Amino acid sequence: MHGRVKIKSTAQQEEEKRKEREKKLKIYVAARDACFSKRKEGVWDDEALQLTQQLLSSNPDFATLWNYRREILMHIETVKDEDEVQKVYEAELSFLESCLKVNPKSYGSWHHRGWVSARLPRPDWARELSLCDRCLSLDDRNFHCWDYRRMVVKMSGVPVDQELSFTDRLIGSNFSNYSSWHYRSTLLPLLHPESPEPPSPCREPPHSSPPPSPQTHSHRVCEEQLLKEYELVQNAFFTDPNDQSAWFYYRWLLGRAEREEMISCVYVSRDEERVAVAFSRPVNAQSVGLLLVLDGQPQRVEWRSVHPRFKHSPVWICDLPPGTISDITNEHNLTVHWTEKHTHRDCALYTGRTESWCRDSATDQELFRSELSVEKTSVLQSELQSCNQLQELEPLNKWCLLTIILLMRALDPLGYEKETLAHFQTLKEVDSMRSAYYSDLCSKFMIENTILKMEYAEVRVFSISDKKLTTLCHLDQLLLVTHINLSSNQLQRLPPQFAMLQCLEVLEADNNSIENLEGVYHLPKLEEVLLKNNTLQPLASCPKLKRLDLRGNPVTQTANVEAELAELLPSVTDLLL
Amino acid sequence: MAAEDLPSEFDVVILGTGLAESVVAAAFSRVGQRVLHVDRRSYYAANWASFTFNGLLTWIQEHHEESQPEEAQDWSSLLEEGEELIYLSSDPASISNVQAFCFTSEEDEEEEASSPDPPNTTEEETGGANEDVVKETSETESADLKEEETKEKPEERADGAEKEQRFTALNDGKSTVQTDVFRPITQASKTDGKEPGADQPTASAAQSQSEPAKKKISYAQLVKEGRRFNIDLVSKLLYSRGSLVDLLIKSNVSRYAEFKNVTRILTYRHGKVEQVPCSRADVFASRQLSVVEKRKLMRFLTSCVEETEEQRAYNGRPYLEFLCDQQLGDNLQHFLLHSIAMVTEDTPTEEGLSSTRHFLRCLGRYGNTPFLFPVYGLGEIPQCFCRMCAVFGGIYCLRHSVSCLVVDKTTNRCKAVVDSQGQRISCSHFVVEEGSVGTDWKMVTSPPRFLSRAVLITDGSILPSDSDQQVSMVTVPPIAAGCPAVKMVELCSSTMTCMPGTYLVHLTCQSVGSAYEDLSPVVTKLFRTPESHDQENCPSVLWCLYFNMTDSSGLEVEGHHLPSNVFVCSGPDGSLGHEHAIKQAELIFQKILPEEDFCPPAPNPEDIIYDGDNNSSSMGGEENGGAGEEENDGAGEEEEEKKEVLEENDGEEEKKEVVEEEEQSLQTEGIRLQPLETGSGSVGGSDSCSPPAGSQISRRDAVQTPEQHTASTHNPQRESASCMMGN
Repeated sequence: MHGRVKIKSTAQQEEEKRKEREKKLKIYVAARDACFSKRKEGVWDDEALQLTQQLLSSNPDFATLWNYRREILMHIETVKDEDEVQKVYEAELSFLESCLKVNPKSYGSWHHRGWVSARLPRPDWARELSLCDRCLSLDDRNFHCWDYRRMVVKMSGVPVDQELSFTDRLIGSNFSNYSSWHYRSTLLPLLHPESPEPPSPCREPPHSSPPPSPQTHSHRVCEEQLLKEYELVQNAFFTDPNDQSAWFYYRWLLGRAEREEMISCVYVSRDEERVAVAFSRPVNAQSVGLLLVLDGQPQRVEWRSVHPRFKHSPVWICDLPPGTISDITNEHNLTVHWTEKHTHRDCALYTGRTESWCRDSATDQELFRSELSVEKTSVLQSELQSCNQLQELEPLNKWCLLTIILLMRALDPLGYEKETLAHFQTLKEVDSMRSAYYSDLCSKFMIENTILKMEYAEVRVFSISDKKLTTLCHLDQLLLVTHINLSSNQLQRLPPQFAMLQCLEVLEADNNSIENLEGVYHLPKLEEVLLKNNTLQPLASCPKLKRLDLRGNPVTQTANVEAELAELLPSVTDLLL
Repeated sequence: MAAEDLPSEFDVVILGTGLAESVVAAAFSRVGQRVLHVDRRSYYAANWASFTFNGLLTWIQEHHEESQPEEAQDWSSLLEEGEELIYLSSDPASISNVQAFCFTSEEDEEEEASSPDPPNTTEEETGGANEDVVKETSETESADLKEEETKEKPEERADGAEKEQRFTALNDGKSTVQTDVFRPITQASKTDGKEPGADQPTASAAQSQSEPAKKKISYAQLVKEGRRFNIDLVSKLLYSRGSLVDLLIKSNVSRYAEFKNVTRILTYRHGKVEQVPCSRADVFASRQLSVVEKRKLMRFLTSCVEETEEQRAYNGRPYLEFLCDQQLGDNLQHFLLHSIAMVTEDTPTEEGLSSTRHFLRCLGRYGNTPFLFPVYGLGEIPQCFCRMCAVFGGIYCLRHSVSCLVVDKTTNRCKAVVDSQGQRISCSHFVVEEGSVGTDWKMVTSPPRFLSRAVLITDGSILPSDSDQQVSMVTVPPIAAGCPAVKMVELCSSTMTCMPGTYLVHLTCQSVGSAYEDLSPVVTKLFRTPESHDQENCPSVLWCLYFNMTDSSGLEVEGHHLPSNVFVCSGPDGSLGHEHAIKQAELIFQKILPEEDFCPPAPNPEDIIYDGDNNSSSMGGEENGGAGEEENDGAGEEEEEKKEVLEENDGEEEKKEVVEEEEQSLQTEGIRLQPLETGSGSVGGSDSCSPPAGSQISRRDAVQTPEQHTASTHNPQRESASCMMGN
């Protein structure tokens, strides 16, 4: 009686909506076909602009139509004067804004906007920046918008400090934002570059080398600002230690030492008439301009990597022409030039010696601190303290534990070995999904420590048994090792990199889970292999191998194994099956 | 006279347009019940109303005036066999101790400004206050006259402000001439005579000392800009996951309102105002907390989301004790107790924890605090529900009351009501505001409780920050033993409740003494008034109002001796949220219609079918009737309301509005609450809106992998109501 309101039933609504959809589809298809035929005919008129606009506003991800539209706009540029073009493009920008409201993550719209902005005769960058700000306030992880914004900033030359305060603002409203932290890491070195003091003497390579290239230091930040950043990021990870974006930024802040590009070792063996060269990073020796000079004479030699699988390798070898150095009464002087990097290394082979080498030891190079930082020890020490403080509050936080491990390694890898192992144990428990990763990382650190110990002891024996190793790394550092003991670990393979142990004579690898001996190829000096209790299947071939202990391996079950082995390994005299 | 225009039969008659009554009205009308909703006042929302500055002055005056008890007309002629009448009270005295003060310039000085009469105790009602007023009037008569003479600005007299002017003059007296230098008031009185000349130099000299750039806003300006104010009688906030927000979303009533986030939570501690870090972003940005405190706070907040054995062990023991044992330190303890749980030191742990949880659940839905505030003030909310009721056929009459109930003697049920025009209107149910029920009919179980309220207009924020558009919730713990804890809300001009350059501050507490006794010590500590000392850096109070309001939270829907089909809605309660009124409305609805859905989602306007001419003419007829009935402002408002209703019914029109909203979605400033299942007609662009993902305090336990954590924040979750914020 009082004009009660009636409501349409759902079926009725559905039907109406269906009809509406059908009608829309018909219009859409017709417009699309009209556009295609116009484009085919090469018509670039206003009507086409209208049609594409109509279609794109309902479906902004139609790339062909954007292309057509660009063709039309480029045509308009040729026929109209600047003011008119400006007007057309401004209209285009407001049309794009409406498209972005429909889909703020449309590739097509953002790309077209970038294109238009770049062609606009008199661009209004402030307007573009505020558009980006609005989009980012709706979704601060809209990467399309971030990309576009970077372009706008670049084109309009927004001052770096303004951009830095922009990241301050975004991080303040939600610090769980990789884009902002990352952006910060690109801005800070520009705004507060590290003062050009000479690097600490311990980092100075013992051999003179060209001054560090500008890129090497470009991403470092001056200490004063760095301390402020530490404070900021600590606020973030103390507030929410489970948010990884802050931890990643923290890792970046702590830094990463740059290793000098150099020849780290030259080894020459009189018996094999062979030279092995180790580089500070994997290279392709065939293309970096490697030159071998023997007693003042450049030699034409063929460089090969230690394993045929490697095109890039830190260790390369070459055979000298037969007879060049075989006379033990002669003294030889070798120089290897890395012409591309203007660096070289000399090595003298004295009378009566069968081999010789020249190198920087791992301890000299502070090699394994490179994972984290070259900052002053006191800063690292105080960072370690605050992380320890957090760890007391959050004993099971994996990011904190991992950061503590890295800081400890940067400070004193051998001194903190026990704590490091304990933290790794906790990590594997609290983050079991990644326990394999932690095992590998732990193995790496243990190997580094063992290398350091070996270097301090000045021996060529590398022994790391019963340390739960799961992987082998830094094998290029073991070029000179003659005895290696890897027994009672959890290794599954001796990887191809194992072939870098060019001086290896004795390999002990009992009680592992080794299935694959790929790396035991081409080891010219290998004499003894102990592989008790593994899970080996195939067999390897080494010319001088005399003693082979394969007890407890599946391979021993194979029929005729002895005969086959005898054929493959002619010099094996002592075979234990 | 125009009584014939009202239909003589309704399903439900509702007297009073407070929040609970309005929700009930909307709920009944929505399920097809015939609703008559009347209010004897000339404005909507009863004690929940918002007023312009001038409107508030009128309201103050009304509460000072001797209310003339209406002659109880004898309507027994309308009775039939076996019926009797119950007369309703027409003089609800829920407001008492009204005192207003003006501390700004362009008015004469008056004694009361600095040494007010001993404030009335809560027991005294309006009558008591009226006596004061009368006395003041005689005292200030001469000053009043002088003021008339010295007036220079013609606009002061414009728009009928004269009445208010006079009233203010007699009630609160005038400003101190020098607003920055406080001198004994006797001195100030002496300068009165030479005011026009002396005023300017002194004031400007004082200004140049402390606030060189800022000119203080005068009383005349407040009156002139009075329409920019929307001053609420109650001071509440909406918990973003509270029952009111849920109801607004569920019922689609939200389409009539827009909201602002409360932008920060403040607290008063060690003599200064501090920001309380409560969301993740706040904790991150806080400069007062050490990193260790940050961790402890975050950990505590994360851990208390779920109930643990450890917490249960504290049941019955004070929350403060629980907090102490968490080794959080003084800072955090204060924040957690007073600002987050908002409880007192002796509140039991389970209660403290549950209000902490409620606070935390509300965080991050719309912003970094748990609270929303309606643009244009809280008085909007009851009106939104009335509008929904009207859309579905409810009939509204302001300045129209129910004078008595017709009760069937045998069944003791209310058969009909007799309205203020003497028309008998049958109804099946009657819902009435508490104030209209005489005390004889109430079952009094506990002594009446009161709320103390203060409303201040100030010239600055109590904690200035980068933005001058902050909406702040401030908790003030008891400033001395025996004092009440005060909740304070500071509103900025973008909430459309005060003129630019001013802030509107609401203070609320449970009464211990009168509003003035309870709240003026807090005002004096936090603001600059003639009574305060050494408050150079505090904002000045330009104008303020104190009053007491009945706290009716103890009242039961059926706690009365009235017939069983009569339900009483209580007025505003002292809590911060709206839970009490919403719960009450739902309870009444369920008692009457247990089978029906409470406020189901209203359909989109385009889905509503109109019966054609028949219908609209009947609507039109009603409207004319309503408008013709009364010729004053009240009827005008009513007419406006009905016009809106008609527009509402015009689907086309509404659709246009929606489209406009879409276009502005990137620019809109306010927040619109939206239902989860956004239908075809809902506001577009919601896809682009993600809640501030990081601001929710994660309840994930620390062991869980951070990768998962980021994955979930990376895909902005679709919230049940998306947040649209501009700038």
